Amino acid sequence: MGLLDQRFENSNIFITSLDGLLNWARLSSLWQMQFGLACCAIEMMAASASNFDIMRFGVIPRATPRQVDVMFVAGTVTIKMASRIKRLYDQMSEPRYVISMGSCATCGGPYWEHGYHVLKGVDRVIPVDVYVPGCPPRPEALLEGIMKLQEKVRKESMVKKRA
Amino acid sequence: MELQQFLMLTEFGKAFIFLLIGAVFVALGLLGAWIFRPHRPYPEKNATYECGEEPVGSAWIRLNVRFYVTALVFLIFDVEVAVLFPWALIYRQFGLFGFLEMAVFLFILIVGYAYVWVKGDLNWDKPKPQIPTIHRTIVMSTRLENAPVHSEDI
Amino acid sequence: MTAQEIYDVLKTTFGEAIVELKLDILQPWIRIEPDKTRDICLFLRDESVMQFDYLSCLSGVDYNNGTFGIVYHLASMVHKHKIVLKTFCTKDHSHVHSVSDVWGTANWHEREVFDLFGIIIDGHPDLRRILLPDDWEGNPLRKDYKVQEFYHGMKVPY
Repeated sequence: MGLLDQRFENSNIFITSLDGLLNWARLSSLWQMQFGLACCAIEMMAASASNFDIMRFGVIPRATPRQVDVMFVAGTVTIKMASRIKRLYDQMSEPRYVISMGSCATCGGPYWEHGYHVLKGVDRVIPVDVYVPGCPPRPEALLEGIMKLQEKVRKESMVKKRA
Repeated sequence: MELQQFLMLTEFGKAFIFLLIGAVFVALGLLGAWIFRPHRPYPEKNATYECGEEPVGSAWIRLNVRFYVTALVFLIFDVEVAVLFPWALIYRQFGLFGFLEMAVFLFILIVGYAYVWVKGDLNWDKPKPQIPTIHRTIVMSTRLENAPVHSEDI
Repeated sequence: MTAQEIYDVLKTTFGEAIVELKLDILQPWIRIEPDKTRDICLFLRDESVMQFDYLSCLSGVDYNNGTFGIVYHLASMVHKHKIVLKTFCTKDHSHVHSVSDVWGTANWHEREVFDLFGIIIDGHPDLRRILLPDDWEGNPLRKDYKVQEFYHGMKVPY
């Protein structure tokens, strides 16, 4: 357990201002593990390029799960790949978030009916924070997904969550 | 008088304070991170990273010895250059004698350099390319006039 | 050479093993017996008037009436002609001899046929599943395939 992580029962002015500072720092530098699997990866690359530029949101692509905050699952998740995604999600360090990009990662996409080896939604193996719909989603949609995740991070707290 | 001299800051003292501030800055950053970060280890998280696969084999691999040789040769000649710098600043006042002294030092090291060179320790070996052989039968009467002929063709 | 000429040459050499020729379609095909497949393919590759040195595609078919088939698309770089070969086998006794020593590309194509249809390829150097994981149950491209419910704890159907 971290020294101050999840140790407080109720909030006070010191905790909330510290929360505000930490959350602001975390949401301004959400380093991503690019997990481009299929066509959504092209849109993720387009979002990283100069026209739409996710780096201005502080999102830097890192190749290793150890140094990242958010994993973009972009593309169709086959069942063979799903066990690797689970392992990589386990190897990310807290605080960690997942953005499920595109309809294949959300619900199986166009392969929902006949795809025998497609995992119908990556939330069958890992917990997802933000779903970005689209086939593929436009880069602006991915940017909105990142902004929604930033809103979610802004509301996080060191106070222990009550059941 | 002695106390004032004791407390007077030399140039070394200033460098030491600089070092101290740097160390404190880094330590504060690490301490702050240790206080605020979550720490929830479990076995799957601590497993070795192998791009999502189950880790196979040991992470300690045998490296080629050329890395060590290159580093060693670099170290020796880097130290030689470091010795050359102060000599270069003041060699004029030692005249011919100073020049010959350094020439002897350099000569000893050049003998070592020549030895390493001739032995081939400075080569970064390239692997021999493997040219694949293809086994097929081609009837020669259907080939073009100037097509290259390989020994496996009939 | 046209498809009719290729069929005639094959018929004189192999006789009974060459069953029929289907013309008047975009890609005329010749039906051959499954147990003579390898000999016919070797002849087609090595004979000087044929020289089919390129296997464009090897795929399996499920005809939904109890027969499986394997379709070979051959092309010749030298003579610039093409032909399609088809073999049929029943679902219960689906064995075809491998052509992977005739054309190297057939190696993985036959593994795919084995993986997705379950047709056993005799004489294949390395017959195992290529696309699906090794512990998958069933052959998906068969018409009567039902997807399995769970695989390693993950729910497979929608």
